[in-house]
Amino acid sequence: MYQNHFVVDAHTHFWDGSPANQINRYGEGFIKCFHDYHSNLSPDEYKWPLEDFERYSEERMIRDLFENGYDDVAILQSTYLTDWYVNGFNTTEQNGRIAERHPGRFIVNGRWDPRDGEAGLGELERLHERWQLRGVKLYTAEWKGYSKGWKLSDPWAYRYLEKCQELGIRNIHVHKGPTVYPMNRDAFDVADVDDAATAFPALNFIVEHVGLPRLEDFCWIATQEPNVYGGLAVAMPFIHSRPRYFAQIIGELLYWLDENRILFGSDYAIWQPKWLIEKFVDFQIPDDMQGEYGVLTPQIKRKILGLNAARLYDIKVPGEFDVPDEPSDSGPAIASDSASSGAAA
Amino acid sequence: MRDLAWAALAGVRDPELDQPITDLGFVASLEVASLDVASLDGATPGTGDAGIRVELRLPTYFCAPNFAWLMVADARDALAAIPGAGPITVTLVDHFAAAEINSAAAFADHFQTDGLDGDLEELRSAFDRKAHVAAQERLARQLAPLVGDRLGALTLAEASRLAPDAAQAVARRRERLALVSDLAICDERGAPIAADRLGVWLRLARTVRVSVDGNAELCRGLLRTRYGVTRS
Repeated sequence: MYQNHFVVDAHTHFWDGSPANQINRYGEGFIKCFHDYHSNLSPDEYKWPLEDFERYSEERMIRDLFENGYDDVAILQSTYLTDWYVNGFNTTEQNGRIAERHPGRFIVNGRWDPRDGEAGLGELERLHERWQLRGVKLYTAEWKGYSKGWKLSDPWAYRYLEKCQELGIRNIHVHKGPTVYPMNRDAFDVADVDDAATAFPALNFIVEHVGLPRLEDFCWIATQEPNVYGGLAVAMPFIHSRPRYFAQIIGELLYWLDENRILFGSDYAIWQPKWLIEKFVDFQIPDDMQGEYGVLTPQIKRKILGLNAARLYDIKVPGEFDVPDEPSDSGPAIASDSASSGAAA
Repeated sequence: MRDLAWAALAGVRDPELDQPITDLGFVASLEVASLDVASLDGATPGTGDAGIRVELRLPTYFCAPNFAWLMVADARDALAAIPGAGPITVTLVDHFAAAEINSAAAFADHFQTDGLDGDLEELRSAFDRKAHVAAQERLARQLAPLVGDRLGALTLAEASRLAPDAAQAVARRRERLALVSDLAICDERGAPIAADRLGVWLRLARTVRVSVDGNAELCRGLLRTRYGVTRS
């Protein structure tokens, strides 16, 4: 909780990227790439040396998220990457155990991979039974032997999305962001999200990293699909080093989506919620840009920092922190108008 | 020869960022023959008797191999076009797919696997179209206060008088796309944007421009973090 904001951190990890857990140079490169993002976009006083970053203690995580970091609830995302890490990078089991030791603090998201076929469907059921999943994190670019990725529109992915629907796992987080992995077909669009969001209107698709660095592709899809949401991990840290660029990103998102479909996520341990939240609450669109982008109201900030995610995850928000949902008039009318223009780049 | 080589490399762009690899700091070293050895950031240059040897580097270990491939191939082509350049060696360093990319075989030979598209020209063209949209948005931003509601009908020739640099940037990108239009602002086939659609069209173009510009910022920052420099 920070000032009068109820904070749901929709994107956190308890990972093990240490050399002992690395299988190959890809595992090493992956965590180093994360560390580059961390070093590039964090304020100096929040930068960790690589060895701290590769693996951190449970105590440190609790302190960074809840004691110093203002998170009220944190959603733990699962990322397996078992071709690169002996015990996986952060599995549902590992996340679940820390969640059980700190009741009320965490929500544990599972994962699935359509390349696991029939067996994976059974495994998803078991994960759900064990951890009462309300969401999953999907890494469409995860390597699996010879295969370098998959699409949400693949027939087997549909089987898994159907299974999610059947089990009541409504929140589908998809990593569509910076290329921390070698995927061609993932390299310039989020088209498979468009496809799946249309086919499964009862599921919520949270596009992590708002498609950066292909923001416009994400905005285009989100504008047309009311069940597509944007996760701000990776975008939010620009608030420190490139505040004017952050103003542009948040301005574009508010224009094409609206304030009800944008979710805060620190991406811990890449970034710490404390400084992100402090800076965001203090942030305003620069004067000379307000003509184009308007202003960030306290209500918009409260929704982004927690209330939007609370709605998706049925998290009880203490009454004094809640704000009424208001219909928003952005989005669909504009998109449907320009959809016929052929202007989509 | 060194100046010629540098100028040739300056013509190679990151296909996604639409900026020269020389500006982005992606050229780690440039050696011309064995008598004119130079390294851009003080690192020890390699040795050898090649005509021109270039090392390229990227902001992260996992930069998409298709983009890396295009830049390495474009750099080879640009250097090879210099008369009397001699043998050309372009090497990508610090990248997970460096071995495959440096082998100079066809992209598809290495990357035509499940989940990867082999068609690099389509990728290049997609980003050329985005670059064109973003360049038009920059031009429109300069022109709008000057021409008001004539913007949609303004010719590129008129635009060149009012905003020469921005208009030239648009013209260069049209050349890459082989897109012919007399209009300053047009769609991807060269057709005019109807007056009642112009506002929304430019609004989407702005998002494209924010995306391209921001991406370049991210890459510069990452490169600085990784190598401690952004440019030579």
